[in-house]
Amino acid sequence: MRGAPGLNRRTLIGAMAAAVVLRPAPGRSQSRALVDKRIPSSGEAVPAVGLGSWITFNVGDDPEARAACAEIMKQFFAAGGRMIDSSPMYGSAQAVIGAGLGTLGTPPVLFSADKVWISPGARGPDQIERSRRLWGVPRFDLLQVHNLLAWEEHLDTLLAMKAAGRVRYVGITTSEGRRHREFEQIMRSRPLDFVQVTYNILDREVEERILPLARERGIAVIANRPYREGPLIRRLKKHPLPAWAADADCADWAQFLLKFIVSHPAVTCAIPATTRVAHVRENMGAAYGRVPDEAARRRMAAHVAGL
Amino acid sequence: MSEWWTYALSDFLLFSPRTYYRLFELYNAAVWPGQVPALALGGALAALPVLRVSWGGRMAAAILAVCWLWVAWGYLYTRYATINWAAEYMAMAFVGQALLLVAIGVLGGRLRFGQRPWVGIAFVLFAVAVQPLIGPLAGRTWAQVELFALAPDPTAVATLGVLLAAQRVRWELFVLPLAWCAVGGATLWTMEAPDAWVLPAAGGLALTVALARAVTGPRSCAAVESRGSPDRG
Repeated sequence: MRGAPGLNRRTLIGAMAAAVVLRPAPGRSQSRALVDKRIPSSGEAVPAVGLGSWITFNVGDDPEARAACAEIMKQFFAAGGRMIDSSPMYGSAQAVIGAGLGTLGTPPVLFSADKVWISPGARGPDQIERSRRLWGVPRFDLLQVHNLLAWEEHLDTLLAMKAAGRVRYVGITTSEGRRHREFEQIMRSRPLDFVQVTYNILDREVEERILPLARERGIAVIANRPYREGPLIRRLKKHPLPAWAADADCADWAQFLLKFIVSHPAVTCAIPATTRVAHVRENMGAAYGRVPDEAARRRMAAHVAGL
Repeated sequence: MSEWWTYALSDFLLFSPRTYYRLFELYNAAVWPGQVPALALGGALAALPVLRVSWGGRMAAAILAVCWLWVAWGYLYTRYATINWAAEYMAMAFVGQALLLVAIGVLGGRLRFGQRPWVGIAFVLFAVAVQPLIGPLAGRTWAQVELFALAPDPTAVATLGVLLAAQRVRWELFVLPLAWCAVGGATLWTMEAPDAWVLPAAGGLALTVALARAVTGPRSCAAVESRGSPDRG
C-alpha cells in the first residue's frame, strides 16, 4: 500500500488538476485557448487530445502509407498535440512512429506513451528496449502495462525504471471494460501515474468507479476508443450537429465526442486515431476553446442516446 | 496467458482493410512476373488428376509443397508479418503443411488420384481461375489480386481440391487448409469484406464432401482397387 504522505500529496495535486487549465494556443486566436490538463503526480500540463496508433499506424513497409502517417504526426504537432500512444501489440505502429519522428526530427514537445505487452514478465525489459529503439527516443515519457498482461512483474520493472530515471511515468491499461475489478485493485494498491481505459459518450462504465478513484488517487486518465474505432462517429455523421454544440465550441461531431470525454474532470487526455490529415485537424480542434459543463454533458449524452 | 479469453475477434484485427489489400498490391508488384509460373502451376495441378499418370499424385504433392513453402516465406513471413505479429506462427504452420505434403505425398506416395476426381478438380479450377476474380468483382483493384501459389487463400482451397481428387481422404493433410479457411474467413469477416463467406464456404463444402466420401469410401475404394489404380506407382 502507498504511504499516507504520498496519498495526501497526490490527492491535493489531483484536486488541483480537476480544474481545466487554459493557456494561449500558439498561432491561434487568443479567444480559442488550448484546453490542457495536468498530470496529477507531477503537475505537468498535457494537451487534452493526443494521437492513438491502433490500426491506423500499422501500415507495414508501405512507403506511401508511412509518408501519410508522418504527415499526420506533423499536423498533430503543428496543432499543439503532444501525446502519441502505441504498443508492441500494434504490429508495425512503433516502427512507423519512429520513422515519422525521424522525418520530423523528433519534436521536443513529444510525449511518448508506449506499453509493455509480453508474458512472462521477465521478458518485459527486452521488449521495452526494442520498443524504445523502434521509436528512436532516449526514453519513454510513459510506459503502461498493456491490458494487465503479467502486470505484477511488469509494474515492478516499470517502477524500478522510473526510480532510475529511465521512464517518467508508469501506468496500466485496459479496454472495452475488461477486468475493471482487478484494475481498481491495482489503482488502489500501486503508485500509478496513469491509467488508460475505454471511455466515450456511449461506453461510460468507468464513470461509476474508475474515474472517481482516479481523482481520489491523483492518477491521470487516458481515454481510448473515443469513437469506438470509427463506427460511432460514422453513425453520428448521418445526423446534423445540434446548434447548441457551438456553446462548447464544437464545430463537428468529432469535437462533440472528444469534448464530452475530456470535459470529465478526471480525464486527462483522449487519444483518437486517424489516417487522415483533415481528421487530425478536427480532433485537435477539441483541444481548444470552451468545454461543456456537467449540464451540457448530460444533454450531449442524452442527445446521442436518442439518435 | 489467462487473459486471452477476454479478447474479441476484432481485437486481433491489427490493420485496416486498406493496409491489408495494399499489402497484396505491393507484393504482386514485387514478385512480378511470378504470377505467370504461378498460374502455370495451378493449371498443372488441375490437369494432373485427369492425366492418370503413375507419378501424378507425387507431382501434385510436390507442387503444393513448393507453393505452401513459398507462401510461408514470400508472403506470410516477409510481408504479412509486418502488419500482423501472428503471421510468423502462420508461416510456421504453412511450412509444416509443406513438410507433410513432402512426407506423405512425395516420399510416401500416399496421395493417389481416384477414378472420379471431378469435384476436386472443380475446387482447383475455382481456386486458380475464379477465386482471384472475386476481389476485383467486390470492388478491389486488379493490382490487389490474390493468386494461387502466391496468396494463402486460393492456395488453401486448391490444396483441398487436390485432396478431394485423391483416392482416399488424407485427413492429416486436410487440417491446415481447413484451419486456414477458418482463419482467413474470420479475418475478412472482421474487416467486413463482402467476400468473407468464400473461404468458410469452400472449407465447409470440402469438409462435407470429404466426410461423405469417408463414410461411403471403403466400398468404393475397394471397388476401385479391385479394378487396379491407374496411378499406383
